[in-house]
Amino acid sequence: MDKTINQKAWFLVLPVFLVVAFSAVLPLMTVVNYSMQDTFGNNQFFWNGVGWFKELLDPSTDLGGRFLASLGRNLFFSAVILAIEVPLGIVVALSMPREGWSVAACLVILALPLLIPWNVVGTIWQIFGRPDIGLLGYVLNHLGFNYNYVSNEVDAWVTVIVMDVWHWTSLVALLCYAGLKSIPDAYYQAAQIDGASRWAVFKAIQLPKMNRVLLIAVLLRFMDSFMIYTEPFVVTGGGPGNSTTFVSIELVKIALGQFDLGKAAALSLVYNLIILIVCWVFYTVMTNAGTERKAVAQGEPAAEPKPAAAPKPAGVLKPKEGVA
Amino acid sequence: MARIDLVDLAQSYSGNDAPLESFALKPVTMTWRQGGAYALLGPSGCGKTTLLNLISGIVTPSRGQILFDGKDITPLSTQKRNIAQVFQFPVIYDTMTVGENLAFPLKNRGIARAEVDARVKQIAGLLDLTPYLNRKATRLTADAKQKISLGRGLVRSDVAAVLFDEPLTVIDPELKWQLRSKLKALHRELDLTMIYVTHDQTEALTFADTVVVMHDGRVVQSGTPAELFDKPAHTFVGYFIGSPGMNIVPAEVSGHEARIDGHVIGLRRNYGVLPAGKKIEIGVRPEFVDVAPPASGLLSATIERIDDLGRIQFARVRVGNTKLAARVPPGFSVSGDTAGLVFNPAYVHVYADSHLVEGVA
Repeated sequence: MDKTINQKAWFLVLPVFLVVAFSAVLPLMTVVNYSMQDTFGNNQFFWNGVGWFKELLDPSTDLGGRFLASLGRNLFFSAVILAIEVPLGIVVALSMPREGWSVAACLVILALPLLIPWNVVGTIWQIFGRPDIGLLGYVLNHLGFNYNYVSNEVDAWVTVIVMDVWHWTSLVALLCYAGLKSIPDAYYQAAQIDGASRWAVFKAIQLPKMNRVLLIAVLLRFMDSFMIYTEPFVVTGGGPGNSTTFVSIELVKIALGQFDLGKAAALSLVYNLIILIVCWVFYTVMTNAGTERKAVAQGEPAAEPKPAAAPKPAGVLKPKEGVA
Repeated sequence: MARIDLVDLAQSYSGNDAPLESFALKPVTMTWRQGGAYALLGPSGCGKTTLLNLISGIVTPSRGQILFDGKDITPLSTQKRNIAQVFQFPVIYDTMTVGENLAFPLKNRGIARAEVDARVKQIAGLLDLTPYLNRKATRLTADAKQKISLGRGLVRSDVAAVLFDEPLTVIDPELKWQLRSKLKALHRELDLTMIYVTHDQTEALTFADTVVVMHDGRVVQSGTPAELFDKPAHTFVGYFIGSPGMNIVPAEVSGHEARIDGHVIGLRRNYGVLPAGKKIEIGVRPEFVDVAPPASGLLSATIERIDDLGRIQFARVRVGNTKLAARVPPGFSVSGDTAGLVFNPAYVHVYADSHLVEGVA
């Protein structure tokens, strides 16, 4: 087929190109620029090459030590909240009613925490947990537990984790519920006929059918928890000591507290890169598992090359694409 | 394996107090004998799936009882009823292989490994699934998936009955024939009671030795295909079975005579005087009415068109405002569009309010 050659068509791309240039590329390049330089104020900059990056990845330096420690805390935090929120979300979704007015009631109640702004959530828990005036803190102390999130590291961690679970388990539950609702009744009836136990129904029907939404839930929760800033900052301010200082909090301290633009720029680039890589791996695994299954379900020979799941980084930022 | 009795079984989806006319299944009492191949035939929404789900326990009846071998199992759950059911659309456990899918109903009941393997092997062999046993069940076509569903229904040897709810809907027409004959063969081989729901008369008549016809929540007739064809107990059966369906003509009947528009047709049996106030009709299948050149002794009709079905030709005719179909005998020809109708008295039935009236010989 002959195609008309018309180079003017490039102009159609121009508006998007401009918007992306100003909203993403230029700011990003500014950060890259900063990350290569050092400044002592007065808007004077000195070339530093990859010095900041070397320092960042070297635990013996101050910058590297702080970064790697906060990175470790962040990874631990993400792992813990995923380990709690995903199973809990599934359990909540499974115990939700399937029809009647109570469905709407459940959905509204579940959606409530999701609608509260981050800093308000932080404030709620900050006050809730205070030993002097907070309901939770007061009751715990009254019962004989020496609970104080300002002075005790474990208490601070528990508070931040419980707060995140309170805030975000709903999201996992709602996603799982959507997955569960899409299972036709015939599956449950067939399982009944086949004499399947409750556990067998979960393992053979519900879990496989929730597979896709669960991966999306994990992806979303990982990204969000890895970038968490507002809530722990409002509750603990990163303390006591540095015990709840996550990477984003460290970043703000360096960038705005110390005004070390070079270090902060290098840190934010590496931070960004880690999130991209982890999400990319997730996304690739997800889509590949999905396309393979789909291709075969349509009766195509398994040997046929899969549609190249070229995972553009942009795809990572739009995990909803995976739902389709 | 069991005899299944339904005693006054009825189901209403809008509560037990709803008027009887609104029941999805009106009270029915009937027996399904052990080892029978039954077809439950009727148009969509006639209550056949409801009846099936009542037997399997997916739906709890509003009224009445279900007995397996005389034992009341109405309160038992589906799991405890010992019944197998295959649904309209394939149900596959995605994460399992074909073999594991087939073994699932047996494993859930704690049957010994060796026995499970033997049974799975046998059923897979019967359904030509042996080459796929170790493959993931998701990687198959709809046909194969439905075969797995069928296999799961058939794999248990101790079931009271296997229920099929329009299981061949998703299958290609060509494969439908194969699978249907396969089911028939399986029925002979496995000695299971099978109840097969369908709205397709060909499917019902080829599969079953007893066809149960349902209409508007009622069982209107149950009998062999020949009985349904020769002597429909209800005008609906006459109309629904056979293509084209039975001719139903309003008539006055007394003694050995039926009168249509003043024209007298002889009847084989004596109907005496039928109760007044009922809608009296006669029914005769197109196969037993012949068109003939117009003659004074024959009911005259207007020919509208002739359908050539290849093996046989049917004339679509009109008598007054009533449309009928009649057989065109080989070599028939007539000038103009008027013809006479010749009725075979042995196959003319009389219906009062749609129900067959048995005459006296």
